Amino acid sequence: MVKRILVLLFIFYTSLTQASVYKNNCIKCHQDLPVSIDKYFYRYLLKHSSETNVKKAMKEFLNNPSKSKTIMPEAFINRFGVKNKSSLTNEQLDEALNVYWQEYKIFGKLK
Amino acid sequence: MLALKSSVIDLRQSEKKTLIGFFSLYITLCVVILIFVSFIYFKSQKDFMLGQKRISLQNYSNEFIVKLKHLHVNFDKNQLYPRDKRFKTAIYDSDKKLIFSTLNSPKVKLDNIIYTSDNKKIHFIKEPESYYLGARYVIIEINEDQAWLYNMQKNIFMITAMGLVFMLIIGYFLLRLFLKPMRDALHLLDRFIKDTTHELNTPISAIVANIEMIETNNLDEKLAKRIRRIDIGAKTVSNIYEDLTYLTLNNKIMSQNENINLSEILDQRVEYFTTLADVKKINFIKNIQEDVFIVIDIKKLSKLIDNLLSNAIKYNKINGFIKIILNEDTLSVEDSGKGIKSEQISLLFDRYSRFDKTVGGFGIGLNIVSMICKEYNLDIKVDSTVNIGTKVEIKW
Repeated sequence: MVKRILVLLFIFYTSLTQASVYKNNCIKCHQDLPVSIDKYFYRYLLKHSSETNVKKAMKEFLNNPSKSKTIMPEAFINRFGVKNKSSLTNEQLDEALNVYWQEYKIFGKLK
Repeated sequence: MLALKSSVIDLRQSEKKTLIGFFSLYITLCVVILIFVSFIYFKSQKDFMLGQKRISLQNYSNEFIVKLKHLHVNFDKNQLYPRDKRFKTAIYDSDKKLIFSTLNSPKVKLDNIIYTSDNKKIHFIKEPESYYLGARYVIIEINEDQAWLYNMQKNIFMITAMGLVFMLIIGYFLLRLFLKPMRDALHLLDRFIKDTTHELNTPISAIVANIEMIETNNLDEKLAKRIRRIDIGAKTVSNIYEDLTYLTLNNKIMSQNENINLSEILDQRVEYFTTLADVKKINFIKNIQEDVFIVIDIKKLSKLIDNLLSNAIKYNKINGFIKIILNEDTLSVEDSGKGIKSEQISLLFDRYSRFDKTVGGFGIGLNIVSMICKEYNLDIKVDSTVNIGTKVEIKW
């Protein structure tokens, strides 16, 4: 019983930590932009299809952002520019991307 | 020389086995070829049918992808998966993970383009240029038209049947070609036997008739012994002559059946062979029931008994015995000879079969016995033990 409680507490703690990384480092900046954060997700999905490929492409871009790697249209880049390199560690990026995927994934949402 | 025209070619057991083996192999090969051809035909017909369906499936997939695109753009407002009465769909991501499906046959082969699946469905796989909703693979499913399958099965059945008949005809001619040398050899042997038999007739008759006229009682012992030897030799040759005559002529002549006293005939034939048996000091042990009658041709009956006795003497040992038992429904002749192996018993009645080449003969005696038994529905049974002896039992 004690074990179970400990496991549940661990899961709860982990998800809270992941959510906080996503909220503090992703939402915080994107909420000031005119394009909502979900649009980026669907653009990545349109190009990379699966969870693995989408996360991989996002991580690559966040670690080394460039014009050639962006999935946003040229007009958008010209206006807002390419974002700065992320200061998050790989683990933190993974945590944030997991939350992002869970938030907007298609699986289980179609009716 | 005169060659008698009519002849019967008996294929021996081993030759029959070879022919059956050849024919089985040929039929198997034909069936394998026909199955292969049918399979090729089935594949081509199926590809043709799928080719015809492909155009409409392509159109369906284009329509569906447009709807998918619309859903992708408006996914935040609408999550209703597009459906169509004409077809079912499914979408998979690039990791081949199912995103959503309305398929009736859920088993998909994403590496194929078009195929027939379980539950009589056709699946068409389309990869859109952009992965709307992450869909790298779009599967369109429609019902398979069963008419082509029915027509194809009908065609395959007809083609296979015609092919098999054709192959059988070819096989028949091949078999004839294959048999020709064997038949020629057997014809040659039969012709030789017939010609020889014909030429032997006059001298043998002369020898046998003249020996019978000699009064051995008035001769001195040495000369009488020589005459007995000539008598034995003449009887042996006469027996062979009769066998050969029977083979070439008698089995084609209508039997003159009459009610025969078998006991008397058996006694006479045993008496006739006594001289031959004496040479090997063979003792006859007779247990012959009197007045046993049987309806048979007398010549054929004599031939049957002669061959049984002749074999019993020929393959017996010096100082051996021949036990002859006759009762109401059985005649048995048992010798104390070399015997034969159990696996050779089935070949015993084949013409020209000889298992012991140390003694003379053509291997036709027991073939004649079996022919006579067959004609009169007599059951023939042979029991033999090597170095103990052989027992031939005839029941009626």
